[in-house]
Amino acid sequence: MRFLALALMLAASPALADWSETLAEARGQTVYFNAWGGDQRTNDFIAWVGAQTEEQFGVKVTQVKLSDTAEAVARVQAEKAAGQKTGGAVDLIWINGPNFLAMKEAGLLHGPFVADLPNARYLDLSEGAPAATDFTVPVEGMEAPWRLAKFVFAHDAARVEPPARMADFPVWAAAHPGRLTHPNPANFMGATFLKQALAELAPDPAALAAPVTDAGYAAQTAPLWAWYDALRPNLWRAGQAFPENESVQAQLLADGEVDIAMFFDPAAPAALIAQGVLPESVRVFTPEGGTIGNVSFVAIPFNAANRAGAEVVANFLLDPATQAHMQDVNVLGSYSVLDPSMLDDAARAAFAALPSAPALPTLEQLGPTLPEPHPSWMTRLTADWAKRYTP
Amino acid sequence: MIWLRALVAMLIGAPVLVGVGLTLAAAWGADWTKVLALPGLWGGLRLTLITGIGATVLSLALSVPLGLWIMGRPWAARWLAPMLAVPHAALAIGLAFLIAPSGWFGRALAQVLGWAVPPAWPLPGDPYGAALVLGLVLKELPFLLLMTLASASQVDVTGQMAVGRSLGYAPGRVWARVIWPQLYPGLRLPVFIVLAYGLSVVDMALILGPSHPPTLAVQILRLYTAPEMRQAEASVLAIGLVAMTAALAGIWWLAERACTAFGLMALRRGRRGIARRWPGSVVMAAQGGLFVAAMAVLALWSVTGIWRFPDLWPEGLSLALWARGDWIAVALRSLWLGLASVSLALTLAVAVLEGEHRAGRPLRLGAIIVAPLLLPQIGFLQGLTTGFLWLGLPAGPLAVIWAEVLFVFPYVLLSLGGPWRALDPDQLRAAASLGAGPWRQLWRVRLPLLARPIAAAAAVGFAVSVAQYLAVLLPGAGRVATLTTEAVALASGADRRVAAVYGLAQAVLPLLAFALALALPAYGRGGSGGRAP
Repeated sequence: MRFLALALMLAASPALADWSETLAEARGQTVYFNAWGGDQRTNDFIAWVGAQTEEQFGVKVTQVKLSDTAEAVARVQAEKAAGQKTGGAVDLIWINGPNFLAMKEAGLLHGPFVADLPNARYLDLSEGAPAATDFTVPVEGMEAPWRLAKFVFAHDAARVEPPARMADFPVWAAAHPGRLTHPNPANFMGATFLKQALAELAPDPAALAAPVTDAGYAAQTAPLWAWYDALRPNLWRAGQAFPENESVQAQLLADGEVDIAMFFDPAAPAALIAQGVLPESVRVFTPEGGTIGNVSFVAIPFNAANRAGAEVVANFLLDPATQAHMQDVNVLGSYSVLDPSMLDDAARAAFAALPSAPALPTLEQLGPTLPEPHPSWMTRLTADWAKRYTP
Repeated sequence: MIWLRALVAMLIGAPVLVGVGLTLAAAWGADWTKVLALPGLWGGLRLTLITGIGATVLSLALSVPLGLWIMGRPWAARWLAPMLAVPHAALAIGLAFLIAPSGWFGRALAQVLGWAVPPAWPLPGDPYGAALVLGLVLKELPFLLLMTLASASQVDVTGQMAVGRSLGYAPGRVWARVIWPQLYPGLRLPVFIVLAYGLSVVDMALILGPSHPPTLAVQILRLYTAPEMRQAEASVLAIGLVAMTAALAGIWWLAERACTAFGLMALRRGRRGIARRWPGSVVMAAQGGLFVAAMAVLALWSVTGIWRFPDLWPEGLSLALWARGDWIAVALRSLWLGLASVSLALTLAVAVLEGEHRAGRPLRLGAIIVAPLLLPQIGFLQGLTTGFLWLGLPAGPLAVIWAEVLFVFPYVLLSLGGPWRALDPDQLRAAASLGAGPWRQLWRVRLPLLARPIAAAAAVGFAVSVAQYLAVLLPGAGRVATLTTEAVALASGADRRVAAVYGLAQAVLPLLAFALALALPAYGRGGSGGRAP
């Protein structure tokens, strides 16, 4: 028995030793966290994370505010093309879906590293679990989860009743011409709007989990384009212009230029109301069949200059205290990625004590979560949309 | 002076050449069928031509009558410098807050017409680019007016006007057909700068231009930053934009010839014209009024609590966003980047001008100096960033400073060159006769005498530096956040108040520099030295 215990210790200690080495190496580093910068609350949260990691581990965080995650991917690609194997400009990227697949396939990522993070013990990383799958692509330890995303709509309840299903959107738009729009599908939120409609309208939704084929694409998307052609003429600016991203659309809702906005964060409307951006009459709604959901991850490029610091930040993001702070609607309101069954009582109590708000939906109101289609569908869908509808 | 020419060639000329060269090299292997099949390519091309040429022609056309109007009104001319100092991005954000359906104009109309929801007018971002043209004209018209005034100081305007009028010509005719054509050679370079800028502007096009499809320059930036390897396609379009700019400059030059011939014909016909009241004050009031209103609405949004449509004023004012202070670090970064690039550019400009003076002849730098201004920025900045990487200069503040100097140096040199060359040589001769060597003459006589023009040139350079967008974004690899990059990014965020804070800070910084330039030398000993051009 003693031998077994010793063997276990020997097997276990390298990871722990590694982590203390990582902590030592990370001290004094500044992590360039490349994250979409269009959301002030997320920016504030990242600033808070940096203050905490600096205090606790001596790791500073500088957010590189991207207008599109693809910018950071392109940068790492450019560095690889220029032969820069170390000292890269990007240390940590908020990433998921097609960008992750692109980086993973091109060998641009450091890892697997998730299992080395001490806080990974709070995650359900079993095969097919949401925290281990990114848009149907297995994560394989190459990116660490940090927040849950679920697609929701928001409407101004003082002005309109929302449509009940995606199929009802064209009728609703005909009754409210010019009052509905969606972000440009070149942006992930616009693409998600199309995917959300596809998930409801496709003849065989199960086909979306596999990589796209020509025949499958034509068959599954035909009802979607018919639906969209009926919807488009009654969109904002007659479907000739689209907001750049969800934030611009939220501003349109705040200004009363449209009646509906969409978010990948069910708490976003409540938080925007608290900030005085959205009117207090805004409420969340989801179509009857449920909405698409996914997990947001952070990944570390293969040539990151501050890899150890990046791992420390990724680990800190998974700390139950961090996750509970993040889920607070007054902070970020993003749902935690941790598996509640793996938390201790103190952590569970912290989550239970979080405040509520009128515009904050309950989990029941949010309805079922639909899986993301394979990334190849999104790429194909957005390219096809651009070809069909760009003048 | 060979070393001086080599230095300028290396610091200013080589980066442009390397940038274009590497862009060209990246374009070499591109798949042309893929490029030509890009969605929105032709729409974007049409839009680029409309906005680029439209803004240039409109600015120039307005600058002709307005130039005459403003010559007799020095109080109005004083408004030009501050309008020049406000960066494009800040003006664009403010203008968007004015003209959007829920903007100030829409709200004012809603008060009268009783609208409960904003009207459905497609501004900003209208498919024809009208909002973008308006924004460009508001920035370029003061520039062309200032250049007209500078050019007019070389010509005896009063005398020619008196002769023309005594022959019975209306003042507008004398100005447009006799005097202005003499000023035009001094305006040609500014016009080409305006044309190249209008064809390739990115920050203003992101805020005021349409997005579906956007202008070519914005499409190129999007391709450069796309996740799939699309550098080659982007480079093809970037080179295409450079070629298009060159072709349009050629066409412009031909059009000049045609206008000259036509003008001479009209002159020979000898029609006197009638003295019409040109509504200069209306145009100038619109120009200045839109500027002031755009800045005012920026200021108001930056201190707004809640401001719902159709209210004309916010429900409550709050300094909370300013008090958060996150803008301070960014403003300080813009400040020191500006100070660094202006110091370098100023040193180089003084070296060039002093070298020219000692050699007794021009250095024949010509195209090297203005090349960065005459080429579309997106045509060489991405290539230059690659070049910097090869040089071992990583993306970051140093690369940004070098890239900024490319644009700061020409403006500093052009604005300092006139007063420098116009300095009374007797003063230097007097110093020499007292035994002062060339260095002592420079330090003790010329620089103190030119303190005011030097301060003015530094302020111009600083404004150019603060306004840079692509020159920060690309060589900085997105890691260098300035007021401009933050303001442009936040302009597509949910919270208009935050965008207003950064936009206003971006506008105030160069205005402060101009105010300092006006105030400081007055206390120095050389306050009255140096003739303005």
